Amino acid sequence: MDEFAKTSRRAFLRGSAAVAAGTVAGQAAAQGAPDPAITELQDWASYLGVGVDETPYGLPIKFETDVVRRSVPWLTASPISSINFTPIHALEGTITPQGCAFERHHSGAIELTKDDYRLMINGLVDRPLVFTYADLERLPRENHVYFCECAANTGMEWAGAQLNGAQFTHGMIHNMEYAGVPLRTLLAEAGLDAAGDLADKWVYVEGADASSNGRSIPMEKALDDVLVAFKANGEALRMEHGYPVRLVVPGWEGNMWIKWIRRIEVTDAAVESREETSKYTDLHEDGVARKWTWVMDAKSVITSPSPQMPITHGPGPLVVSGLAWSGHGKITRVDVSIDGGVTWETARLGKQGDTKALTRFYFDMEWDGSPMLMQARAMDDTGYVQPTKDQLREMRGENSVYHNNCIQTWFVNEEGVAENVEVS
Amino acid sequence: MSKSLNLFLPALGGTALLLGGAYGFMSRDYGAKTIESLEIRVEQSTASAASAVESARAAEAEIERLAAERDELQVIAAAGGGLTQPAPVAEAVYGLGREALPEEIAAWDVDVLPDGRGLPVGSGDVWTGEEIFVAQCASCHGDFAEGSGNWPVLAGGFGTLADEDPVKTIGSYWPYLSTSWDYINRSMPFGAAGTLSADDTYAIVAYILYSNDLIDDDFVLSNETFMDVEMPNADGFVLDDRADSEYTVWRTEPCMADCKDSVEITMHASVVDVTPEEEGEEEAAVETEAAPAGDADVVEAAVDPALIDAGKGVFRQCQACHEVGADATNRTGPHLNALLGRTIGSVDGFRYSNVFGAAQDAGDVWTTEALEAFLTDPRGAMSGTKMAYRGLSDPADIEAVLAYIESIGAE
Repeated sequence: MDEFAKTSRRAFLRGSAAVAAGTVAGQAAAQGAPDPAITELQDWASYLGVGVDETPYGLPIKFETDVVRRSVPWLTASPISSINFTPIHALEGTITPQGCAFERHHSGAIELTKDDYRLMINGLVDRPLVFTYADLERLPRENHVYFCECAANTGMEWAGAQLNGAQFTHGMIHNMEYAGVPLRTLLAEAGLDAAGDLADKWVYVEGADASSNGRSIPMEKALDDVLVAFKANGEALRMEHGYPVRLVVPGWEGNMWIKWIRRIEVTDAAVESREETSKYTDLHEDGVARKWTWVMDAKSVITSPSPQMPITHGPGPLVVSGLAWSGHGKITRVDVSIDGGVTWETARLGKQGDTKALTRFYFDMEWDGSPMLMQARAMDDTGYVQPTKDQLREMRGENSVYHNNCIQTWFVNEEGVAENVEVS
Repeated sequence: MSKSLNLFLPALGGTALLLGGAYGFMSRDYGAKTIESLEIRVEQSTASAASAVESARAAEAEIERLAAERDELQVIAAAGGGLTQPAPVAEAVYGLGREALPEEIAAWDVDVLPDGRGLPVGSGDVWTGEEIFVAQCASCHGDFAEGSGNWPVLAGGFGTLADEDPVKTIGSYWPYLSTSWDYINRSMPFGAAGTLSADDTYAIVAYILYSNDLIDDDFVLSNETFMDVEMPNADGFVLDDRADSEYTVWRTEPCMADCKDSVEITMHASVVDVTPEEEGEEEAAVETEAAPAGDADVVEAAVDPALIDAGKGVFRQCQACHEVGADATNRTGPHLNALLGRTIGSVDGFRYSNVFGAAQDAGDVWTTEALEAFLTDPRGAMSGTKMAYRGLSDPADIEAVLAYIESIGAE
């Protein structure tokens, strides 16, 4: 097939080199001579290592320096109002370390101290209140793992295969364990009697940074599972994720997860802010746009092999690893195809899916070295099946930017090099 | 056997089955495990009750106690699984937080709703708006709101929403005028948010409306006339209808075999070739990083490192438009490498405002003094500059930011 020759010139220097070297060094093949890594006394087995306190707060070992966030500079006018991508291709399990979890800022990440932090609740409440950070720490809190996905994740792929790497096509997502106070607890402190019938009420939430990003959330959701969070993965939020306090809106688009949250206003209407009218609305082929498309539908992607993670060991046992998630609930099943969607087999879940959190799936196969068109298809506990890109385009056209949860295809050639493609 | 027992046990059996289905991984869950062991104990008690009539009453009581305990656990399990429970919610019993004062609410609660609620008293006309727009907004959005580089286009685009490349502007796309007023007032200008007066905001919005041909040039926008403006795309939105249009179609048993007749690759990402370069480059960078460190120390020794560090913080206000360093290029503003001693208005490829062209022709050079004057009052020192920045009021900030620019630009 000609396609083999067409792989990108970055077909990854790293990929090709690793393929060459990998079959020798990467695999414990039958060895004629004894392996010096075993037979010779190694420095690390003789000399002393580094003492404690060398790094009071450690970073990954230097051999992992390529596992970092990356951006696509042409996407935005300025890095201050921009986005980067989680290296999902290189991560395993489901928890995203904060240090490489994608960032999205509208006016840059700010340094706001706990001492300077204030949270106001006003509007249709019985008692407008101001909380300090110390106040928040005294309210009963909960722990939950949730994914946060930007509505624009995979947004560059609507019109065709464009970015070559799972990090770039699907990396506007992270998954963390939060500790925080349920928003309903704070609303109860302020009292909602003044709001009357809650069925048609909203909360408007806004951040303390210069963009003062604000979104309207229906009261039903606000009283359901929204958290005012101040810890993630056991430690304080990072600056870039809203230190000291951010909003967590499980299953709903990342733009609503207000960072540096400073105000919650109970209103009788949606504010229709910039971020919920001119942005984060889905323009369809007929020129009409959908709004209030908050829930992130079920989606999955194979993270390895993928363009940044070529197969380096040649034919034989191969672990296909990927992520699946749904804003509606739990992932119940993921199917994998290696022939571009003609036949499917059900993958194994790393562990039982958690609601509105990433689920890892594995497909253990024996690769015979022939080319593959690899796809994954997620199902959630509402019975929703992740659609193909054609199904989405038929429904919405190519200009909706947001909410692209299509089935992704990686073409893997006989050398194990993978590329982002579209198939019929 | 009492009749309560007869009614109770089948009901429990049914619930247990349901639980088993919903929590397929019971043994991994402490709560479910407890329920399971209680189930066994209920069964054991039932057996002993049947064999010894005398102890039946005691056994029944024990069964009911265990069953009630299990019921409680089942409620908890149904709520969140296992022994986790939602955090308790009490009606304002914690008494935390303090009352928000009216002045505090007024300072932060400035959002404006589509029906105009939240608008302050004030007004602005098109021509005042043009003046402010050119000074404060045009460096990113263009003199006529037509956009610059990757920054948003604010005017035009009418009739394009169904095209292959729709142009979504305030005029062509935004459904409510309140959104523009609210956003500009709170979040603009970029890098100086919250500095516009209500009248400034009315004037800027009026100018943008005029640029979109939505009002005449003598229109004065105010809290009174605000709702008179009609937005062309007000009816261009529908509420999320995925539940009807998509979920009904896609909640279905998926195909597993012979799902297509054939498969062809129809598009390759490598053909578009827009993915940022990575590997190789980065590895090289890592290897060479250690080498120049020694030289950098020498450079920094001349200037207080704390000052440079402080300058780095100040520079955040500049970096949206200006780059400095090895890879610096012109963005909205020119790059700032080797700024001190450079002829004013001399960076190749940057489109300067006229006042900079004149300074270049005169051979003026950026000295510390000239930069101090410019950064203190940009529009006062260089009348007509496109730079939409209000300036730095603290001389210490200016000293720091110049130290930083010099330290980076020299590397």
